[in-house]
Amino acid sequence: MRRAMNIVPGPGARVLLAMLPFALLVFIYILGSAERRAVNPDDKLLPPISEMASTITRMATEPDRRTGTLVLWADTGASLQRLGLGLGFATLTGLVIGLALGMLPLVRAGFAPLVAVLSMIPPMALLPILFIVFGLGELSKVVLIVIGIAPFLVRDLAMSVGAIPIEQMVKAQTLGASTWQTVLRVALPQAMPRLLEALRLSIGPAFLFLISAEAIAAENGLGYRIFLVRRYLAMDVIIPYVAWITLLAYVLDLALAKIARGAFPWAYVGERR
Amino acid sequence: MSAIKVRDVWVEYGDQIVLESVNIDIASGAFVSVVGPSGCGKSTFLRMVLGQDRPTRGTLTLDGAPLPAEPGPDRGVVFQRYSVFPHLTVLGNVLASYEFAESPFLAKLFGARRRSALEKAKLLVDGVGLGPHANKYPSALSGGQQQRLAIAQALAKEPKVLLLDEPFGALDPGTRTQMHQLIKPLWREHGMTVIMVTHDLKEAFGLGTRLIALDKKRIDPQEPNRFGAHITYDLDLTRDGPVPVLGFSRPLDGGPSATSSSVRDGADLSARSNP
Repeated sequence: MRRAMNIVPGPGARVLLAMLPFALLVFIYILGSAERRAVNPDDKLLPPISEMASTITRMATEPDRRTGTLVLWADTGASLQRLGLGLGFATLTGLVIGLALGMLPLVRAGFAPLVAVLSMIPPMALLPILFIVFGLGELSKVVLIVIGIAPFLVRDLAMSVGAIPIEQMVKAQTLGASTWQTVLRVALPQAMPRLLEALRLSIGPAFLFLISAEAIAAENGLGYRIFLVRRYLAMDVIIPYVAWITLLAYVLDLALAKIARGAFPWAYVGERR
Repeated sequence: MSAIKVRDVWVEYGDQIVLESVNIDIASGAFVSVVGPSGCGKSTFLRMVLGQDRPTRGTLTLDGAPLPAEPGPDRGVVFQRYSVFPHLTVLGNVLASYEFAESPFLAKLFGARRRSALEKAKLLVDGVGLGPHANKYPSALSGGQQQRLAIAQALAKEPKVLLLDEPFGALDPGTRTQMHQLIKPLWREHGMTVIMVTHDLKEAFGLGTRLIALDKKRIDPQEPNRFGAHITYDLDLTRDGPVPVLGFSRPLDGGPSATSSSVRDGADLSARSNP
């Protein structure tokens, strides 16, 4: 008998093994739902999958009577726009400040302690301030996401730039590179894979901040919808919405992983398959 | 021309004295091997010439002008590790040095200028025998191939001085011999001054035209950092030099040589300059 740590599944078995827990979860849900319906035909807690499918199909294909929009897509669009803007500005902030902190000892001496302190502020505690300063519109939600994840990106990037061997920095200088050229051609490309990894890890927190902001003050969005229909115990909307948000986050994560491996193949050479 | 003068240089880190009163004139075009026990300041000496470290006292000049206190294109370097950029291909690594020079803002060349730089880069890559691997990333190269690349990269700038910090230390003996056969003609062809730090005495004697040994002149057991290293031996290894070279170039003539016995007595030969 081989050791457990040496047993590697083949490609087919891998797919099967990946699907198995999902199938199991769905199966348990179906059982539970059927059980509750059998006891109480009006049960709202675990609606059957058919009911959720018809509700979500209606939300995705029939215009809303009040606003005239397709609710699911309008919510998704609004949320993704906020998320995209938030992640985008956070990445930009992370890149600029992270590279400056990592590359320039003067900047590091001046700002690293400040960044370390600022990154400890709980972003949700700032939400009331954001609402007061930026109003209840889009801006405050985007700013919350930026404030929530930019400090992590800044510190992660500064650390990964700082971890580039000094030999490479010296080598670049002996090849005639200026500070700017070293940042552009040595530090930035080597920091990019790590930035994308950090961004992947930030997707979860980004959604957390997005949905929190939407739950408190919004007129559309995935988080807004969930917290709106909560009043009617509409689990047939909430559960599919949660699944949809999860799927979006998962696809985003997967896309970033693929982009990182496609664009920076050299960074993943030693990766265990 | 690329003569280096080191005058009364001390390097101290806090209480620790690493180098003390180092004096040496290195002639233009010399190949200087630097040997000595671990931690005696060989690499510190090299980093000082490189501009990465600064002497606490003393002066270094290159062709009479003070050495800039930061690394620059006049001094190329090959480190033992991390010498090449892992995110660039072999060709890209060599191309980068042309791109730094010709494109100040983007550090990237396009069109005809890129093609002409690529041609120069290809010549260098072929010159160190990496032609078939031009489009690979360094991670796909062996240790020896990575060092070849680092050498090609350093040569792209046509530096006056080439600094080698245990460049072949991590290579197996066969590869090391190949690297010796590569570096010697390149040194002659480019007419650079080479300073090579090494642990391998055979390599030091085999490649160098001059060998300096760094060591502490005194060790105080209570205060091991009180005394720094200085040049204890300074040997001329040229063909007509006075030092018999461990069976490399000449047979010993006339019994045990005066130099080696005086060396054993701990005499300081550092004042002697190279012809």
